[in-house]
Amino acid sequence: MSGGRFKQGWIWIAALAIAIMAPWAFYNYGTGRHSGFVLSMLSQMGMMSILALSYNMLLGQAGLFSLCHATFFGIGGYATIHFLNLAGAGDLPLPMELIPLLAGLSGLGLAIVFGYMATKQRATAFAMITLGIGELMVTAALMFHHFFGGEGGVNANRMIGHSLFGLKYASGIQVYYLILAWTLGSALAMFFLTLTPLGRMANATRDNFERVQFMGYDPRIVRFLQFALSGFFAGIGGGLYAITYEIVTFDALAAPLSANALLMAYIGGASAFGGPILGAVLITLLQSGVSLMSNSWLVYVGVLFIGMVIFAPQGIMGLVMAHGPIVRAGQFGRLLMPYVRVVPAGLVMALGFVGLVELTSFLTIGAAQGKTLILFGNRIDVHAVLPWLLATVCLVGGGVWLRLEARAFRRVWEKLMLELKPQRSAA
Amino acid sequence: MTGIALSLRKVTKTFGQTEIIRGVNLDIASGERHAIIGPNGAGKTTLFNLVSGRFPLSSGEIWLNDARVDRLPPHRINRMGLSRSFQITSIFHRLSVFENLRCALLWSMGYHYSFWTPLWIQRELTARTDSMLEQLNLAPRRDTAAGLLSYADQRALEIGMTIAGGASVILLDEPTAGMSNAETDSAVELIRRVSEGKTLVMVEHDMKVVFDLADVITVLVYGQVIASGPPQAVRANAAVQEAYLGALDAA
Repeated sequence: MSGGRFKQGWIWIAALAIAIMAPWAFYNYGTGRHSGFVLSMLSQMGMMSILALSYNMLLGQAGLFSLCHATFFGIGGYATIHFLNLAGAGDLPLPMELIPLLAGLSGLGLAIVFGYMATKQRATAFAMITLGIGELMVTAALMFHHFFGGEGGVNANRMIGHSLFGLKYASGIQVYYLILAWTLGSALAMFFLTLTPLGRMANATRDNFERVQFMGYDPRIVRFLQFALSGFFAGIGGGLYAITYEIVTFDALAAPLSANALLMAYIGGASAFGGPILGAVLITLLQSGVSLMSNSWLVYVGVLFIGMVIFAPQGIMGLVMAHGPIVRAGQFGRLLMPYVRVVPAGLVMALGFVGLVELTSFLTIGAAQGKTLILFGNRIDVHAVLPWLLATVCLVGGGVWLRLEARAFRRVWEKLMLELKPQRSAA
Repeated sequence: MTGIALSLRKVTKTFGQTEIIRGVNLDIASGERHAIIGPNGAGKTTLFNLVSGRFPLSSGEIWLNDARVDRLPPHRINRMGLSRSFQITSIFHRLSVFENLRCALLWSMGYHYSFWTPLWIQRELTARTDSMLEQLNLAPRRDTAAGLLSYADQRALEIGMTIAGGASVILLDEPTAGMSNAETDSAVELIRRVSEGKTLVMVEHDMKVVFDLADVITVLVYGQVIASGPPQAVRANAAVQEAYLGALDAA
C-alpha cells in the first residue's frame, strides 16, 4: 500500500517536472523566443486541469452530475477582469500572484448561492437544476452589460505593475509559471480534501446517500459543502483564464465549457484523482493540435467520448490501473503480443473512419470554397470513387479485424484476471 | 420515565388508504434486548423506519431517552443516540471495509463536516477503526472494497457500522437473514458482544436467534402489538400461538 503511494508520488513529480520543462523544449534559441502556440496550449492545459479536477469533486467524488460547472469558472474570470482593472487603476493594492485567490472566492460565493438551491436535490433533479442555473447565467451574462459586457465581454490589461516577485507578466512564460503554480497548489489542495472527513463522506454519499443519514450526517450538507468548494477551485481556473487571455466573454460560463469539464473528467477517469488532469491534457491537445489539422476535431472528441463510455467507463486512468495487478505479478509480457496484434487493426479502422469523416466534411465545406483536400500528404479528388471506397473498406475491414483480435485479447485478459484473482483478494 | 430508552405512544402509519401500523404502544427499557417478531407484512420494518426517522409518522409520538424524536430527520435522531441496520445490506460498496467503519465513527468522534482535518494523522480514530475491524473479525479484509465482501462479511460490516458510532439504542433489522447455521451462530455471538450495556431492538425471523438473545419479545400482527413480555410468557400466549400456527413450539 505505502509502496504504491510512493510510486504514485514519483509519477506526480515527473509530471510536474515535464510541466516545468515543456516550454523550453519548444524554445527557439535562434530568435530567443518561446513558441506562443505551445505556451498558450500549456497554459490552457493548466487551467483546464483545475476545471476538470474541481468538476470531479462533484462527479467522481460525490456522484453529483452537474451541468453548470462553467458558471463558477466564468464568474471567476469576469471577476478577475474587474479586479485587474481595479488593480491597474491603483484601487486594489494586491499583487498579481494573489488575484486568482479573489477569483476563487468569487466562484465560492456564487457556488454558495446556487449550491444552496441545487443541492436540495440529488441525482436527476440535481442535474436539472444545474442545467437551469447554467442557462440562467448565460442569459444574465448577455443581459447585464455593466458586469458582463454583453456579447463582446469585458477586457483588462494584466500588467497591473504589482507583483510579489517584481514580475511584469508581459511575457507568456511568466503567465505560464503563474498558472502552473496555481494549478499545482489547487491540485494539492483538492487532493488534501479527499483525505478529510468531508471528502470521505462525499464518497460515502456517492455510494449510498441513505446510509450516511443513519450515521449522523445530513447528506444535503455534504453535497452543499462539496459543491461550494468545487466552485471555489473552478473560480481559480477562471481567474487564470482571464489573466491569460485578458478578455472574458460569455463562452467562459456557457454550457459547452461545462460539457468540456465533464468530458475531461470522464475521459481521463473520474474514479482516480489524477484522471481529470489526464483528460484535460488530452482534450486540450485535441482542441489545439487536431483542430489545426481538421475542422472535424469535435467529431473525434465526440466519438472518443462515446467509445470511452461504452468500453471503458473508468476512463483512461481506469484502463491504466486495471493493468496494475498484471504488471505487479510480472505477467505483462503475456499481454504484449495481443496488444501488438490489436493496435494495427484499430489503426486501420481509425484510418477508415477519419478518411470518411474528412471526405464528407470536405465535400460540404471545403469543396464549395474551391480548395483541394490534402489527406495524409496526398492530394485527393473528393468526387472520385476510389478514396470513398478505400476509406469504407478500411473502416469495415478494420472493424471486423479488430473484433477478431479483440476477442483473442479478451481471452488472454480474462485468463490473466482469473489467475491473479486469489492474489488480489489476499492483498 | 427513567429507565425507558425508547417509548412509542399510539404510533400509526398509513400509506394511502392502507394502515400499516395501527396504534402501537411500546416501552423498551434501557439495557434490554428486545426482539420484535411477527408474520410477513406485520409492519416490523416499517416500525423501524418510523423510529429511525426514515418515514414520518401519521400520528402518535416516539420518545428516545426522554426526548421526543418523531418529526426529526434521521441524522438528528442518530446524533441523539439511536442507530439502525438495514435488512437489505446498506454499505458503501466502493469504499474499503476500513473506510466504511471509519465513516461510521466520524460524527460521534466530533469530526462532523470538517474539510481541514487530515484523516491520516488521526491516531485515535484509526485505532478505534482497527479495533472495530478486530471485533468484527474483518481485519484480514481491511483494504477490500466492501462491495466485494462475502454476504456474511457484509452483514457483519452492516452491524459494525450500526454500532460504531456508540449509539445507546441499536435497532437491527433481520441481522441473520440469509445466513447459514454456522454464520448465524457467529452473528449471534457478535450481536451479544457488541450490544453489551446497550439497548438492543431487533426484528428477527429465526426463532432460535430470538430465544437465544432476547430478554423481551414483542409480537406484531397486522400493525398491532398482540403480546409483549418475557420469552416464556409470549411462547405460552394463545393469540401468539394462533398467529404463528404453533411455529413457536418448533423453535
